[in-house]
Amino acid sequence: MGATLLETLRGELGLSGTKIACGEGHCGACTVLLDGVPVLSCITLVHTVGEREVTTIEGLREHPLVRSFVRADALQCGFCTPGQIVSAAALVGAVPEPSREEIRHHMAGNICRCGAYPRIEEAILTWRD
Amino acid sequence: MARLIKTEKEVEGRYEETWVVVEEDVLDQWPAGPLTVVGQAVERKDGLERARGEAPYTADLKLPGMLHAAVLRSPHARANVKRLDLEPARRSLGVRAVVGPGDVHVLTDEPRYPGQPVAAVAADTFRQAREAVKLIEVEWEELEPLLDPDEAVARGELVEEPRRFERGDLERGLAKADVVVEAEYRTQTLLHNCMETHQSICRWHGDRKLDVFISTQFIWGVRERLADQLGLDPDDVRVVCEFMGGGFGSKNGPGDYTYIGAELAKRTGRPVKCALTRREESLATGNRNATIQRLVAGAKADGTLTALGGEYVNAVGWSGFSPMTGGPMQYLYACDNVRVVEHGARLNAPPNAAFRAPGFVEGTFGLECLLDELAARLDLDPLELRRRNHLDADPEGRSYSSKNLMECYRLAEEHWARRDTVRARSEGSWQRGVGLASQVWFGGGGPPSYAWVRVGADGRAVVVTAMQDIGTGTRTAMAQIAAEELGLPLDRVEVALGDSARGPYASISAGSSTLPSMGPAVRSAAADAARQILELAAQRFDKEQRVLSLKDEHVVASDGGSWPLGSVCELLGDGQVLGKGARGPNPTGMRVLTFGVQVAEVAVDVETGEVRVERVAAIHDVGRIVNPLGARSQVEGGIVQAIGHTLSEERLLDPETGTVLTQTLDAYRMPTIADVPEIVAEFVDVPDQHLTNLGSKGLGEPPIIPTAAAIANAIRDATGADVRSLPVTREELLRALREARERVGAVPA
Ligand code: FES
Ligand code: FES
Repeated sequence: MGATLLETLRGELGLSGTKIACGEGHCGACTVLLDGVPVLSCITLVHTVGEREVTTIEGLREHPLVRSFVRADALQCGFCTPGQIVSAAALVGAVPEPSREEIRHHMAGNICRCGAYPRIEEAILTWRD
Repeated sequence: MARLIKTEKEVEGRYEETWVVVEEDVLDQWPAGPLTVVGQAVERKDGLERARGEAPYTADLKLPGMLHAAVLRSPHARANVKRLDLEPARRSLGVRAVVGPGDVHVLTDEPRYPGQPVAAVAADTFRQAREAVKLIEVEWEELEPLLDPDEAVARGELVEEPRRFERGDLERGLAKADVVVEAEYRTQTLLHNCMETHQSICRWHGDRKLDVFISTQFIWGVRERLADQLGLDPDDVRVVCEFMGGGFGSKNGPGDYTYIGAELAKRTGRPVKCALTRREESLATGNRNATIQRLVAGAKADGTLTALGGEYVNAVGWSGFSPMTGGPMQYLYACDNVRVVEHGARLNAPPNAAFRAPGFVEGTFGLECLLDELAARLDLDPLELRRRNHLDADPEGRSYSSKNLMECYRLAEEHWARRDTVRARSEGSWQRGVGLASQVWFGGGGPPSYAWVRVGADGRAVVVTAMQDIGTGTRTAMAQIAAEELGLPLDRVEVALGDSARGPYASISAGSSTLPSMGPAVRSAAADAARQILELAAQRFDKEQRVLSLKDEHVVASDGGSWPLGSVCELLGDGQVLGKGARGPNPTGMRVLTFGVQVAEVAVDVETGEVRVERVAAIHDVGRIVNPLGARSQVEGGIVQAIGHTLSEERLLDPETGTVLTQTLDAYRMPTIADVPEIVAEFVDVPDQHLTNLGSKGLGEPPIIPTAAAIANAIRDATGADVRSLPVTREELLRALREARERVGAVPA
């Protein structure tokens, strides 16, 4: 089997901001953007990426969401956080003022075992403050 | 001064009397309420690093020449290896070493639970290691597994002697009761499922010195256990954990993977990473064991409890410990006649591990549901029943270091009073109701724990201690405490933790003990540094030291005068002020406990059995709150986990073979953001006057304890159904509803 996008990012490219928590598409920790669309890099084969632009957390470090996550205390252990922020960046990119329902719908694929969800919701609601 | 004293140490509900060397705690507590830095809501110090994906977790570390390990784990619950051929693995591409039973003490050819390690491979890449593991040839002799906890108890298959607790005479108490309720409750096996799986990297320097990078809750404990097992001098084992992705009690020791990694690293002369996959994580890293709870309660017509009895079976697994499932029954209510027996059943199932208030989470579900069943029989308000049986003094003759449970109940009234409005919002098949449950737990921490504080010419302070931040905001809380004592703004204080080679002994981050154990040590180290700075200032500015104090980055004299702190610190040049501090003893003869109450609001679809938790209000009494922002997150996180425990999570075993069916995150269903109710977190926030120079207790565990019972009691309030088994699946709820209907139907008109 060919390499996954996640293996290439974390291994060959040394971009360890993208996390692996399950490796089989069930948790969202490895979320990256392909042309702005969130995908799970652990189940995306790297050769299928083609010409699309890959955005990882390393490319979103100056995104206002990073500050709003810290401000709202939207992380505890922080292991799921890069994936959460990448997913959220796709959401606010498409819908700059998402409702709570839209946030809950869009973010439901990103598991946070620490249960920072109420703060994550808050961080996304206030990302432009 | 260092003293030798006898003190009680409690971890995860287990008390030990031990001799310890402690230093006196000479500092007076700060006044109650928010101070300049302590008690203020502040952002996490390492928040940006984590959010930007820059924080190096163990999972992210790569050492030069590092190999990767994969482990062959038993696919059977109970089996013997009849023939094992490691050769095909040895010949496989990229493989550098293969170990089997006899090579490492955790590898066995007689596995007694599914997932027990049998052999392991180190290869250049993880894929190569995993492929090589698949080539290992094993001929198994499968044996019949023991899976039924009651049967294990009947056969005397126990992991330890049963724990018995008795006060008064249960039978006499029952005879005195006007009403007796009896019920059997069951809780399921739950998985921690930390997002960062269990893993470590081992690197040898020669054959006597070992570095271990590990995702752990107890740096010093890993050092101790490895040195012991490998016959090394503890100072030759360096343990590092800068950032870790969740533990919840499951990462308190080295784990089988570290012993395996250490041996493979030794054989290859290369660093070896042994990282578990999610599927291995679901098998072999511990769990919250299932329980069976056979409970009885007796009360007078006015609600006074006369008897409480509990026969508990903990389905521990092949090894592990039997948690205090009867703890809440022992500690929560005034009742003269209590009998608790806990059996720890040994089964051919993966061993349990501490999981966020082990025993008390499960036991509170049973006890607090039983109390509400009693309230219903007595036609008493559930909150009133709890107040009536409030335990004012510890029945075992100790006094409480502090207890504000009545204040928690008072603060709960406002949420409890929403009952009528909530019920009135019931519509069609959706019935609504409100339930509550009380919480008791330990969380006082204890000695020993040490910290150093270093102040340099730049006037910045660094707290140095070999503790770990498991995601609870420890770095931030420690920095706040040091900043408060030194009169510094928070951004002038750093915390250097996570490395046994760098700082002094620090306690485990488990049992809600990090803040109460470490916080006072950090404060006393900061106070020691402050004293030395003031000594210098007294000489520099020709003042008596006793009139000087540190405030807002200034040396302030009470008889007039104020100088920037920098004007003293710059005199240091390359010199440093080094403060050292230690955790003082726990108050002798006192019981240190945390308390709380939660009120849950639910909506239940009586046709489909669907349950939605709509609101949870949590009121906890954990002494002084250091960071209200982080404290709220702890409460919310605990409640979110508890909602998973209550409604959706369950590790399932195949009833015939004992293999684990729920090894992936789609099968083991944890809450998502869409499952989260409105959560209100309140604190009594009164320092425990008897506990250390800080007056803080731990908060990691209390919030997860009462939620399940509060939800179940809300379901009863909404529908009349007695939910007695977790998780509350639709089947369980529909069963309870049917039973409730039959009961009503059976009442003579
Ligand atoms: S690591 Fe990719 S979804 Fe979990
Ligand atoms: S912050 Fe720990 S898993 Fe989300």
